[in-house]
Amino acid sequence: MSTTKRFLFVNRKAPYGTIYAWESLEVVLISAAFEQDVSMVFVDDGVYQLAKGQDTSQLGIKNFSPTYKALGDYDVNKIYIEKESLDARGLTLADLLDLKYEDEDDDWAEKDSIHVVSSAELAEIMDQQDVVLSF
Amino acid sequence: MPMLHVVNKSPFDRNSLESCIRLATKGSAVIMIEDGVYGATKGTTVADAVSKAKNELAIYVLGADLKARGIDDARLIDGIKVVDYNDFVKLTVENDKVQSWL
Repeated sequence: MSTTKRFLFVNRKAPYGTIYAWESLEVVLISAAFEQDVSMVFVDDGVYQLAKGQDTSQLGIKNFSPTYKALGDYDVNKIYIEKESLDARGLTLADLLDLKYEDEDDDWAEKDSIHVVSSAELAEIMDQQDVVLSF
Repeated sequence: MPMLHVVNKSPFDRNSLESCIRLATKGSAVIMIEDGVYGATKGTTVADAVSKAKNELAIYVLGADLKARGIDDARLIDGIKVVDYNDFVKLTVENDKVQSWL
């Protein structure tokens, strides 16, 4: 008797400066392993978590950005990014990791996991969830 | 008396960079480290203020923290100098005082 709930993870912090981004990613993977309906949102400095080309070799800490590429295999493919947050930081979708998943209902066609949405659209997405966890 | 100002918080998360720029005296040095390095990038809502501050302040950014965050030198505001850890130590020695904007 398992129940599937709609979980939304709201990410608002830059990576590395604090541990929030990494902790969020861990909990997301755990939730997905329990077969919950997981979505992720990246707003404010959270959009920096998905920046391309991260290299932490000089900091002596783990570069966890490649892990985002595994989300598709965990059926985490609803990843929303607020356009207003990108604009404020001079970023575009091209500056972010290219996250894909294979759609089992569509002959395993490869599709984009990332959706850039407006604040208004994001508000609606947040409103539709059962559980919202903020990082 | 030259002072080195250290900013380690994102300008979109805290107002420490803004306060630093407002209160640093002419001829001072500012170094952006950790999440503070986002303040050195072009096209942001704070880029104009940082650009203007360069007229009176020497602004540095720590290369290792840029690299970790995937920020290419091409994305930096013109005139901001990228430094390494050795340069950071030199800056702290060359200046009379160090102020960290926590």
